[in-house]
Amino acid sequence: MTGPVLSIRDLSVEIPTRAGVVKPVDGVSYDIGRGEILGVVGESGAGKSMAGNAVIGLLNPPAHISAGEIWLEGARIDPLQGEAMRRLRGKEIGMVFQDPLTSLNPLLKIGDQLTETILTHLPVSREEAERRAIAALDEVGIPGAAQRIDSYPHEFSGGMRQRVVIALALCAEPSLIIADEPTTALDVSVQAQIIALLRRLCRDRGTAVMLITHDMGVIAEAADRVAVMYAGRLAELGPVREVLTRPQHPYTDGLMASTPLASQARNRLHQIPGSMPRLTDLPDGCAFHPRCPLVQAQCRQNPHPNIGKGRAACWFPLIERAAE
Amino acid sequence: MAELRVETVERAVEKGNWQRFRESDFFYSFKRSPVAIVSFAVVCILVLSAVFAPLIAPTNPFDPASLNLMNGFTPPMEPNAFTGESFFMGTDDQGRDVFSTILYGMRISLFVGAAAVLFAMTLGIVLGLVSGYFGGWTETIIMRIADVQLTFPSILVAMLIFGIAKGFTPVEYRDQMAIWVLILAIGLSDWVQFARVVRGATLVEKRKEYVAAARLIGRSPWAIMVKHILPNALSPVLVIATISLALAIIAEATLSFLGVGAPPTQPSLGTLIRIGQGFLFSGEWWILFFPACTLLALALSVNLLGDWLRDALNPRLR
Amino acid sequence: MTAYVTVKGLSRVFDVSKPWLNRVLERRGKAFLTAVSEVDLDIEERTTYALVGESGSGKSTIGRMLVGLLRPTGGEVEVEGVNLDRETDRAKVAKVRGDIQMIFQDPYASLNPRWRVRDIIVEPVAVKSGDTEGLAERLLEQVGLHAADAGKFPHEFSGGQRQRICIARALASEPRLIVCDEPTSALDVSVQAQVLNLMSDLKEEFGLTYLLITHDLTVVRHMADRIGVLYLGRLVEEADPTTLFETPKHPYTQMLLNAAPRIDGFGREVDPPQGEIPDPINPPPGCAFHPRCPIARDICRQERPRIRPLGATRVACHLAE
Ligand SMILES: Nc1ncnc2c1ncn2[C@@H]1O[C@H](COP(=O)(O)OP(=O)(O)OP(=O)(O)O)[C@@H](O)[C@H]1O
Ligand SMILES: Nc1ncnc2c1ncn2[C@@H]1O[C@H](COP(=O)(O)OP(=O)(O)OP(=O)(O)O)[C@@H](O)[C@H]1O
Ligand code: SF4
Ligand SMILES: [Mg+2]
Ligand SMILES: [Mg+2]
Repeated sequence: MTGPVLSIRDLSVEIPTRAGVVKPVDGVSYDIGRGEILGVVGESGAGKSMAGNAVIGLLNPPAHISAGEIWLEGARIDPLQGEAMRRLRGKEIGMVFQDPLTSLNPLLKIGDQLTETILTHLPVSREEAERRAIAALDEVGIPGAAQRIDSYPHEFSGGMRQRVVIALALCAEPSLIIADEPTTALDVSVQAQIIALLRRLCRDRGTAVMLITHDMGVIAEAADRVAVMYAGRLAELGPVREVLTRPQHPYTDGLMASTPLASQARNRLHQIPGSMPRLTDLPDGCAFHPRCPLVQAQCRQNPHPNIGKGRAACWFPLIERAAE
Repeated sequence: MAELRVETVERAVEKGNWQRFRESDFFYSFKRSPVAIVSFAVVCILVLSAVFAPLIAPTNPFDPASLNLMNGFTPPMEPNAFTGESFFMGTDDQGRDVFSTILYGMRISLFVGAAAVLFAMTLGIVLGLVSGYFGGWTETIIMRIADVQLTFPSILVAMLIFGIAKGFTPVEYRDQMAIWVLILAIGLSDWVQFARVVRGATLVEKRKEYVAAARLIGRSPWAIMVKHILPNALSPVLVIATISLALAIIAEATLSFLGVGAPPTQPSLGTLIRIGQGFLFSGEWWILFFPACTLLALALSVNLLGDWLRDALNPRLR
Repeated sequence: MTAYVTVKGLSRVFDVSKPWLNRVLERRGKAFLTAVSEVDLDIEERTTYALVGESGSGKSTIGRMLVGLLRPTGGEVEVEGVNLDRETDRAKVAKVRGDIQMIFQDPYASLNPRWRVRDIIVEPVAVKSGDTEGLAERLLEQVGLHAADAGKFPHEFSGGQRQRICIARALASEPRLIVCDEPTSALDVSVQAQVLNLMSDLKEEFGLTYLLITHDLTVVRHMADRIGVLYLGRLVEEADPTTLFETPKHPYTQMLLNAAPRIDGFGREVDPPQGEIPDPINPPPGCAFHPRCPIARDICRQERPRIRPLGATRVACHLAE
């Protein structure tokens, strides 16, 4: 099959609240191809996790998908409910969350957790499932996998637990992995190991990965393409090198300029004034306009810009201005 | 420096407490809960009529001069066979107006209940704060005592304390002291839950960095406990206090019903029920029925209010 | 320049034993965790000293000992020439303690949610019954908020704004040294830049000295005048930012710098570092880094390296050169 593994079209999520309906995800579209890592970045509250959870049907009510379509391997999955969604979740989509402990059952040996998952989703015998469990642990780099399958989650360190979670997400051989801040709770050295692992798996197996993080460095090193989110909307979407070195959206531009560099000391950091608005009082027009250095009357009056054919959801993407 | 300015929405107006309350989630959830509104109204009516009993009650049941034995056993809303007087809820054996005795009885029930809860709350908060904040041996001792006490039914503990305290009071003061002994007994049987909840909250709060910041500027442990930690531990205390009030009122009624509580000279709802049950089978049902209904309404509405409060103050359920 | 803070042989051991009964039943002895082990460092006046290291390396513990929230179990801390643990003149100690303030990581937990911002900011002055008239308003303006914000409660502010309030509170008592424990780790990049710039401005304006604790190497590079790298409670390397980032001497520093993701490291293939930080209750003998060190030799397994000067650097490694 050639098409993208995951395709999200105009996805919106709504939450009715006391102060009115808020849209933590508003008209988001992106694709992830086979063997591709799509990085999703944005400030806290930008709607990154909400978009990921919408794909796997894990929105907490009253949040719900209000518009748009989600296609996985050419099949539409957003209308799926209950059992069908649950099957899909382990089988076709693997998940890795920030806190490995929430994804593991503390009372079960990790070997049993892996075997159970494999047996639920794949038509194999118990012996075969156990063999695959050990292979999965081996693949994510757990030393002495054959012995460690009898350990409980608490006997592992944080980094090892995250590896087990990745093994769990992988063991049913899904076509898509959603990793929501998989390394945020880990140390730099362990983070490097986990990121290297994700990249290797993605390359060897052709798994598509949605890598949600707020760390630009991780995105730069791991992702092929990047989606920058701001206040529930996509600000910019494109190949990672392009977006990070020649940002077209003023928000991405400001973000890059305000990130301190390890390679050289900057005198004074560039700063974007203010902070992301709360969803309950989003400004009219472009959501970024109160903080935008290039704002024009048009940005305030027109509806929120779409990405369209370009890369940035901006009325005045930086590329045109340079050309003028 | 100008470029550093951050725009904050709605500035300049410093909101008053009342306005903040009106806009709060708390008030919002109150407005949307019929159970809360009804039980709050019932509690208000009962408490107000107890407080203003001297103004509302047609007679003063404790004033022997106003009593007429001839009025005894008048059924509700019927004229008395001898005097022709009629009473809203009838009269008891001594001709006391049941309605008035209920109003006055409720005063005593509410007073004992509220005072007992206040006592239990103060004791529980202090012990909970101390054990949570200091930890170590202090905590071990306090919490062990609490554990042991929890294994006995609280009514038993109250009866025990009541019995011991009564033994120590001189006979001539016994009736006067009975109310206070009752408060002490119910209060002592009830502090444990307050202490546990406050200890739990203290353990959570003391790890937070605002407490470290307060320690850093040299605030004393007491100031930190009272000014910083306590305000953050109060919502669960409020919930428990409300539910405890219902329980304390019932405990008081139970003790009085068993004859170890409020003396007949100062009858509480429980005492009235005890007196009333003696007449149930001779046909004078109203002497029991009306006090019992009042007790039920009071305890139930306070309890429902407490239940709602627990949900409203629990952020996870919202 | 004079050293404003002098730390000598500073150690802190925590008793992490199980309760007595469990120990008896499981036949275990007491367990001790050495969070900080014999750390020596000097902080010059009006500079920023940064402590970096991974989680559990003892950064916060050092910070807490400096401000007096924790007592050292060994070694000493001297601030303004006053030994804070041995000095008997209470007035002197109180004076020095008053010159030290702290900013914490979690902007949500470090402000009491039931207090108005005004009361939070002036508390350090109010406890000493100083003059608090208009103080909160003045400080709020200084950290880039509005005077009118003084009457609000913390929940009405965003994370970055709360961190500004924390800074205002720290400034209230006119400190000379501020210990900043991961001041921007909970903030988004765009807000982090605002807070870091504010910290630099205030440093200039008030002549402050900072002890900056963080695990973010990019922040360190940007802010610090001197950097100390911690591993398992030990100071393994200390240098100025340029020297440290360009010619790291200690194998751990090299590994750390290599592993940190870079925003210009597109598709960079790093050899991920081996292993993880060992259990601090049973640290390896000799050099604590030897099980993960690519160049370790026999001596590393037997003898703990002392920190020694090496060019512009101080390094604790037998083989560094
Ligand atoms: N029950 C709710 N009611 C109202 N708003 C909500 C609710 N749950 C979440 N939100 C809002 O939805 C938005 C999206 O949250 P989401 O968790 O997707 O953000 P994120 O980008 O993953 O951020 P983070 O980096 O902090 O994980 C947030 O602004 C949040 O405030
Ligand atoms: N009160 C305590 N009791 C027992 N152990 C403690 C205590 N405080 C800290 N530790 C231990 O001391 C070590 C150092 O902790 P510290 O908080 O100083 O690390 P850190 O470098 O600040 O890490 P992080 O980046 O996670 O904040 C850790 O192993 C920690 O578990
Ligand atoms: S002392 Fe030895 S083990 Fe330690 S860092 Fe240096 S070379 Fe490596
Ligand atoms: Mg998230
Ligand atoms: Mg720390």
